[in-house]
Order: sequence, then C-alpha cells, then structure tokens
Amino acid sequence: MSDQLLKVRDLKIGARVYPPGEKPHDIEIVHGVSFDLEKGKVLGLIGESGAGKSTIGLATMAYGRGGVEITGGEVWVNGREILHTSLRDLRKLRGTEVTYVSQSAAASFNPAKKIMEQVIEASVHAGKFSKKDAEARAVELFAKLGLPDPESIGNRYPHQVSGGQLQRCMTALALCPEPDLVVFDEPTTALDVTTQIDVLMAIKDAIRDTGVAALYITHDLAVVAQVSDEIMVLRMGDMVEHGTTDQIINAPVEDYTRDLVSVRSRQHEGKPPTDNPVMTIEHITARYKGTNFDVLHDVSMELHAGQTLAVVGESGSGKSTTARVMTGLLPAREGQIVFEGRTLSADLAGRSRDDLREIQMIYQMADVAMNPRQTVGTIIGRPLEFYFGMRGAEKRKRIEELLNDIEMGVEFKDRYPAELSGGQKQRVCIARALAAKPKIIICDEVTSALDPLVAEDILRLLHNLQKRENVAYLFITHDLATVRAIADSIAVMYQGRVVRYGPKADVLTPPFDDYTDLLLSSVPEMRLGWLEEVVEHRKMESAGN
Amino acid sequence: MTRIPPAALFGLFFTGLYFFMAIFAPWIAPYSMTEVVGGVWEPWSSEHLIGTDNIGRDLLSRMIYGGRTTIFIATMATILSFVTGSILGFTAAVIGGWVDQVLSRFVDLIMSIPTLIFALVVLSVMPVTLPILIVVMGLLDATRVYRLARAVAVDINVMDFVEAAKLRGEGRLWIIFREILPNALSPLVAEMGLRFIFAVLFVSTLSFLGLGVQPPNADWGGIVKENKDGIVYGIPAALVPAVAIATLAISVNLVADWILNRTTSLKGGRG
Repeated sequence: MSDQLLKVRDLKIGARVYPPGEKPHDIEIVHGVSFDLEKGKVLGLIGESGAGKSTIGLATMAYGRGGVEITGGEVWVNGREILHTSLRDLRKLRGTEVTYVSQSAAASFNPAKKIMEQVIEASVHAGKFSKKDAEARAVELFAKLGLPDPESIGNRYPHQVSGGQLQRCMTALALCPEPDLVVFDEPTTALDVTTQIDVLMAIKDAIRDTGVAALYITHDLAVVAQVSDEIMVLRMGDMVEHGTTDQIINAPVEDYTRDLVSVRSRQHEGKPPTDNPVMTIEHITARYKGTNFDVLHDVSMELHAGQTLAVVGESGSGKSTTARVMTGLLPAREGQIVFEGRTLSADLAGRSRDDLREIQMIYQMADVAMNPRQTVGTIIGRPLEFYFGMRGAEKRKRIEELLNDIEMGVEFKDRYPAELSGGQKQRVCIARALAAKPKIIICDEVTSALDPLVAEDILRLLHNLQKRENVAYLFITHDLATVRAIADSIAVMYQGRVVRYGPKADVLTPPFDDYTDLLLSSVPEMRLGWLEEVVEHRKMESAGN
Repeated sequence: MTRIPPAALFGLFFTGLYFFMAIFAPWIAPYSMTEVVGGVWEPWSSEHLIGTDNIGRDLLSRMIYGGRTTIFIATMATILSFVTGSILGFTAAVIGGWVDQVLSRFVDLIMSIPTLIFALVVLSVMPVTLPILIVVMGLLDATRVYRLARAVAVDINVMDFVEAAKLRGEGRLWIIFREILPNALSPLVAEMGLRFIFAVLFVSTLSFLGLGVQPPNADWGGIVKENKDGIVYGIPAALVPAVAIATLAISVNLVADWILNRTTSLKGGRG
C-alpha cells in the first residue's frame, strides 16, 4: 500500500522505576500497541496521565525519554523499520520526516535565539532547503497559521510573542521541513480556551493544506474530536478502543470510553441566592507590592452558605488575586470584606484565629500544598489541634472521621504525600480544609491538574460535603464544564474586573456581553464539527459588524 | 535500601575510625600526651609506633590526643555555625523585608573580609582559649551557612504548604521549625560535612600559625608546626599529622557527597 505512512506493530515500552526503599527495577508501561496511519490522516491518542500516550508519540521517532526504553515491536515509517536503524539514519528522520510539537512551546524554544532561526534550523541543517527557501517557507507557514506580521514575526525573540502565538510558531517549526508525520503532544493544553480555539483552527487548517499526517495526543476528548479522523483510547499502556472519531464520540463500545465521553455532561441545578450572604466583598481594588498598577478594579461579589460561586476567566484575569484578597494574603487598597455582618481586617495579621478558621483554602497543586515531610495524619490533625485544641484519642477519632468523609481509609493516616495518587492528595487537602469547620472554602483550580474522571469524583465529593456542612465555596476555574457541574452563581472576570455576575442561569443565558460570549463559545464541545461552526459563526459576526 | 558505594564505605570507615579514636583517646593512647618518653625524633619502633616528636614525646599518643582536640573544635564550631547560621537564615527568609536586608548586608560585610585575616586579628587581641576559638570559628563560618539556609528557605517559603500554614495563623516558630526546617535538612546536612572539613583545615591553619591551640596541648596543625623543622633532616614526623588531616578531610567529604546524592536523587528532590 502506498498510502501507508506509519505502521506500529505490538509496540512494547519499558521504563526503569526507582521506588523509595526498593531496588530499582524495570516495568512495562506500554503493553503491545498496534496501529496504522495513512498519509494525510490524523490519529488522536487519548487517555489519562500515565496512559502512555506521549511515550507512544515519541516512539514513532524511535525515541525514549529519560530512562524509557523501547523493548519490543516494530515501527515502520514510509516503509522503513526505524527501531533497529542506526543513529545516523534516525537523525535524518527526526526533525525532517517526523517532527514534534510539545505542550510547552515556551520551554521548547531557546530564549536566546530569534524565532526564525529556530524554525528553519532543522530544514537547513538537513539540507532540505537553502536558508532563503526555508525562510520563505516559514513566512508562508506563519501566514497560514494566522500569525500577525508573518514577514517580521520571525525576527522576534520567543518572549516577545504571546503563548498562543508561540505555540503556532512551534507548529510552523514542525511543518517547515515538509515532514510526512507530525506528533502533536498536548499542543493546546497550556493555553486559555479563548486562545486554544485559534491555535486548534490554525493546526487543523495547516494539516489539511499541507497534507501531512499527524498524531494528536491529548487528554481532552472534546479537543481531539475536532481535529482527528480516528481516535485511539489508551489506558495504562493498553489500547482500550480504536475507531473513527464519529464512532468513538457517538457510539463508544467500551465502558471506559463511555465514561470519558460523558464526563463533562454533569449538570447542577443552581440555587437562588439567599438573603443573608455569609461573605461579601465590596468594591475591592488591589495591587501587588512594589508595582504601580491595580490588578483588581472595583470587584464585588457575595458568597452564600451552602452555595458555590464560580469565578471564571482566563489566566491573568484576577481570579486567584481575588482569593488572595479574601484570605488577607494580599490586603486590598480600597473596598472592604464583610463576613457575617462585620468587616474583616484586610490584612492577614489583623485577623483573629477564629476569622482565619472560617476561611479555608484548597490549592490547585495538591503536591506542593502539603508538607512532604508530614504524614497525612499530621496534615489533617494540625488544624484540629490548632483551632480546637484537640489532643490524643479525640484528635485521632476526628482524623479518622475526616478520612472517612473524603472516602479514604484509616490506613492512610501514616502515609506521606509522596505515597498518594493525585486524586488522593487533593482529597487530603479537602480534609485539611474541612477539619477547621470553616464557613467558606476557597477552591483554586482544584480539579485542573487532575484527569477528567478523577476530577469528576472530586467535584462530586465537594458537592456532597457542601450539602452536609452547608459551607460556601468560592470556586476558581477556567473550565466552564466544571462551572456547569458545580456552580450556583458565576462571576466572569476579565482583566481584573467582574464583567458579568449573577445566578448561573442568568449568566449563562443570552444576551451576552462580548467577553462572556467569546469565553462560552470557546469551550470545546464533544461533537463533530463544533470547531468549524464556531469559527464560521465568528466570521459571520465580524463581517456583520 | 540501596547499596552503599565503595567510596562512601571508605569514607565512613575512616571517619568512624577517627571519631572513635578521638572519643576513646585516654584508653587507646599508649602514653600520656605531655610526658617525654624518649629521645628527640626517634624513628618508628615497636615501642613508639610512629616515633617520637621534637622533644621526645610519643608521636602516636600526641596524634590521638591531637585528633581529639581537632575533631572536638571542628565539631563544636560546625554545630555553632549551623545553629546560628540556619536559624538566622530561616528567620531572614520567613520575615523578609528590612530584617532580611539588615541581616544579609551584615553577613555580606563580614564575608568581604578574608576569614583567615579576620580570625587572626580577633585572636591576636583576645586570650586564645578553646571556647573563644570555637566561637570565633563558628561565627565566621555561620555567614556561609546563613547564605545557604536563606537561599533554601526562600524557595520553600513560597510553596503552597507554607502559605497554607500562614493562612491557618501559625506563628513564625512553627513555620521555621515544622514547615521549613524538615524540608531544608538534606542540603544542610550535606553542607555540614563540607563545613566540618573547612573547620578542620581552619583550626589546623590557626594552630600552625600559632594562634590556635596553645602548647603543651596540641591539635594536628600544632603537631605539624612543632615538627616542621624535622623535614629538613629527613624526619617524617610532620607528615603524619598532615596525612591525618588530609584523610579525615577526604573521608568526610566522601560521606557528605554520598548523603547529598542520596537525598537529592529521591523522587521530588525533597522526598
């Protein structure tokens, strides 16, 4: 078959692990995966972290990252077996026939070199194009990828363009040597939804126009549904299901795939606000120490007992800063924080121990939110001891209750954070917050670092605990699916201002302001053709204006 | 448990041997430290295993007692420098602001004066007793420890778990000793090994220059000084303490390297 570009047969990949207290040993992380890819087609690899998707992606370049070794199977590119070829031949293959786009363009570009130099480097080095031809091709690609000033953007340094633009530059870099296959490894995961949509469209157009084949690796099924022809679902190094995009999305066969497809569909009926908010922040203006511009402008919102206020917006919109002002970590310049009818000190140092107890916080990165040298029991036990003076048996009993509440066993009490999975770590953080019996819990992107199915469990847990403890959540997130699943009210933030605020039903019902419209329509939906629809819709709108 | 590499085993063995001899010196040494038991610079014999020194004292006994003095001073000075250096460093990192500025600039000031010259000046105007020697060495070395401790603590201080502790309302003592210290321990312990070696070299240097341990007591540096004239006549008595200093320094260094490797190669770096 002449169309056959990539053939992977029974690919097995091993890695050496170094568990603490044990001898280093080898484990298999990919257990015999096979697939084919034709020219010009896009195959989406999807799975949770640890599923082996990136490892497989890199294996198509015969590369194993950091201690990872390809132990068996075959990889054929353009009719050549590449796993048993010389390093010399591999060098020709990598960067020209097969290229790679990584998740973090910012970390992949050399900050000391101009973008153009790096984009054409591989093509020129391999002798595929002359410097002049390569530059012309790069400019063409910049234009195709919708970058501003395609003629001159190459003369900038990586820090002089935005994250979304840099990701597109990286795509240009990968496409420049006219490769046959591009491996996209989570190319939009680090971007805001509003930026993601542009990059996705640019990638999709570029793939179509250049006729290149692609492996598209992501954990977000809704994203991969927009760009790929086929999808392969992976789990813990095994293939779960492989089919056309249409079949995977609309008629999944395996249970696991069905879970993945339905994970974002959780809905929550929003409750109307009560008369007595437990906390209000009024006309808050704040700036960071040593700067001379405000990062929050006149921000007001209310928290109600037993309800969730979701704060949404892209990175840099002031969501987390609002949380810092509430907790007193960043004293507001103007405005006040009213808790149960009395004004709280703006500064952490001015609040009583009981004030502090009432507002607890859960962080995005559970890894660094817990002291790695303390056991789970110490972590959960400290607030009990600190706020309620609990000791001995009383404290132990309460710790066990709390572990029970977060659906973890008593045996976890003596474990260290490093011995827990990502979801378990976040649960322990939830228990630590609950231990203080607060009226308010601030959840700062608590599910963003978790795999979708684990994140859903955490949301469900938070929801149940809220019902029981009647605690108010301030839920900071950039993910609107999460908002739909948990919020009662929503505050949309943009550039340090609240642009839209109210009960969920109102905020999510048109007519929208421009930013909310942009934000809402940018959230990938789990259906085919969504991307084209949105882009078409936007074109019509801008034509109408 | 992972296997201990041969280099570290070598280091552990010699470090252990020297410390053992230092602690049990009175039981191990064949003669007293100050008693003249033979002729000047007698060669190695069954009676005096490594000969006698410049006035006929048993060199092995002097080496054993001298090692005791060297190791004691170095250990105490290192402990003093670590206690003051790390507590001040952590405090500066946690409080920040002008406290940090004042402490750090003061340390910069001290560090801008060469340590040896600074110590010589101080010791030449003070009575040279063991406590004063230890305090001078300890405080001078504390500046180095301060900088390391502060740098490590600044990193840890911005982690979310420290913020969580501050939000809980914890006091500075808790934050310094319960949140930061356990996580800063591995780089500090490794540094401690290196600092100990520098302390050994430093006290030896001072004694060699005559401003360290005063006769009739001696440390290894002092023994080198006493016997250095013998070298001209081909008498190796001065080389024995020199070799002892070198082997102690190398073995402690090997152990420190091993600890550093062990603690940093664990998952997560601070694990």
